[in-house]
Amino acid sequence: MTALSITPIRRPSWLTLPLTIGAVIILFWLVVTVLAPVLSPYDPLEMAGRRLQAPSWAHWLGTDALGRDVLSRTLYGAFHSLPIAVIVVALSVAIGATLGAISGFIGGIIGAAIMRLVDVTLSFPPMLLAMAVAASLGPGLENAAVAMVIVWWPVYARLMRAQVLEVREREHVEAAVASGASDSRVLTKHILPLCWTPVLISATMDLGQVILLAASLSFIGLGATPPTPEWGSMISDGAAQFYSWWVALGPGLAILTIVLGFNFIGDGLHDYFDPKSK
Amino acid sequence: MTRQPLFAVQDLRVAFARDGEYFEAVRGIGFHVDHGEVLGIVGESGSGKSVGVLAALGLQAKTARVRGSARFQGRELIGMPRHELRQLRGSRIAMIFQDPLSSLNPVMTVGAQIAETILLHNPAVSKKQAMDRAIALLELVAIPQPDRRVAQFPHEFSGGMRQRVMIAMAVANDPDLLIADEPTTALDVTVQAQIMDVLADLQKRLNLGLILITHDLGVLAGHADRVAVVYSGEVVEEAGVDDLFKRPSHPYTRGLIASIPNMLVEKERLFSIDGAPPPLGKLPGGCAFHPRCPQAQAICSETAPVLETFGDHGVACHFGRSA
Repeated sequence: MTALSITPIRRPSWLTLPLTIGAVIILFWLVVTVLAPVLSPYDPLEMAGRRLQAPSWAHWLGTDALGRDVLSRTLYGAFHSLPIAVIVVALSVAIGATLGAISGFIGGIIGAAIMRLVDVTLSFPPMLLAMAVAASLGPGLENAAVAMVIVWWPVYARLMRAQVLEVREREHVEAAVASGASDSRVLTKHILPLCWTPVLISATMDLGQVILLAASLSFIGLGATPPTPEWGSMISDGAAQFYSWWVALGPGLAILTIVLGFNFIGDGLHDYFDPKSK
Repeated sequence: MTRQPLFAVQDLRVAFARDGEYFEAVRGIGFHVDHGEVLGIVGESGSGKSVGVLAALGLQAKTARVRGSARFQGRELIGMPRHELRQLRGSRIAMIFQDPLSSLNPVMTVGAQIAETILLHNPAVSKKQAMDRAIALLELVAIPQPDRRVAQFPHEFSGGMRQRVMIAMAVANDPDLLIADEPTTALDVTVQAQIMDVLADLQKRLNLGLILITHDLGVLAGHADRVAVVYSGEVVEEAGVDDLFKRPSHPYTRGLIASIPNMLVEKERLFSIDGAPPPLGKLPGGCAFHPRCPQAQAICSETAPVLETFGDHGVACHFGRSA
């Protein structure tokens, strides 16, 4: 036996191109979220120069109507978008997946009641419902977050229920019942671990969607309150300064890339978990 | 003085609701099995053989209605509270399912799954002890390198190896009764023989009562002590395995035996029983088999025959004795 085994350096098969691109983009924004105070050249809330300056070496992305540095505000904006999106999606998954699993496993009247609630919620256009809830709660990012959870949880409830319904009929579940496992044990050890994949993929992609929804709410004044450097409200400011295109450019690009990044990661995860699509 | 058999099912009826009406899939099935005995239950797909046995353990679908009696070590299982049944299942009564590919949890290592069965019924055992026992069990069912295999996931095992794992899991708590529901149907013929050998060996060693549900008479010929033939949810013939093959008394049993391919005799076509089993809720009057029976007489469409026992040989046919 001679040690002639050559291990070629190559990309591991799970690291697909979309996953790589998405990971790079999201990593970038994560770093920005944490290091915004260090990275930003100016204070996002203070006047940094003349009003509505076009991009220059001093202000890479120009200044807005109040003379604030758009680049600094965009970087700080990550701090007001990413954590909120993560919290909203996490809460939605927690609520939705729990109710969906209960509905799928128990069924009956309780299960049907949960699913009708899901149907009712999903029958509204998400933006409209979020607007109605956010408006009734009053402006502010926290209220917008609550509104978004109310809009978003049914998606996961439906997904989880469908998964549980499918997995619960598999033979290994019957085998577990036959070996004397209790209902709760069957659900937690033999059904739920097989149900997470689509929820995880969907949640990743939804992170981008939630950022978009949050920005939309802020755009129409139902989310972040001024002077918070939030991307949606910044674009709203930019829309008011139609000829100063750079005001909306920074936050617009930020939203674009972050949504794209999450979608890429979601795609990559899908490919990773579903061997058929490889 | 009547001795109590290990597991005795009497007049078990399972009905499914459809459009508010109940249709019986199992119509008064009855059999018994003792320690160290192998009972084969044979019948074609949809004959109710699996449904009946599963229902006796409380594993029926939620929409099913179960009546009759199933006594295990003298205790009535039908109507037993769920938590008591749960204690019996997996410890005193174990099951092996048809498809080893899907009866193992794909996201748990096989060791963890075997250990789970042990821990479920023995709270005093530590995780470490359960794992050690899992390794010993894998060795018992002749899986090579058990200490390495125990940490692997089901997808790393072949079909035959997975069925061995299922068997290891089934005997983990030293059960008294093992129910194998088509244990070899999903496997290659060569692997089938190996699995049956493992099963038969364990059955003898652990003095298990074994119920072997199958549609393969060939499997039963080699391994069963007694055979119950099920047709349309009823036992139509029951006898010792040699007696059954030598003197099949029910036309259906004769049909089944005639359908076994025989390599020694050159034949143009394989024998098959005409027709198909009657669908649920559309049972013919009289004997359920009479529309397919080559010997059917007028009486067969009028009265249903009851299982009559001559010595050790029971048959439910009007002409069972004479034929």
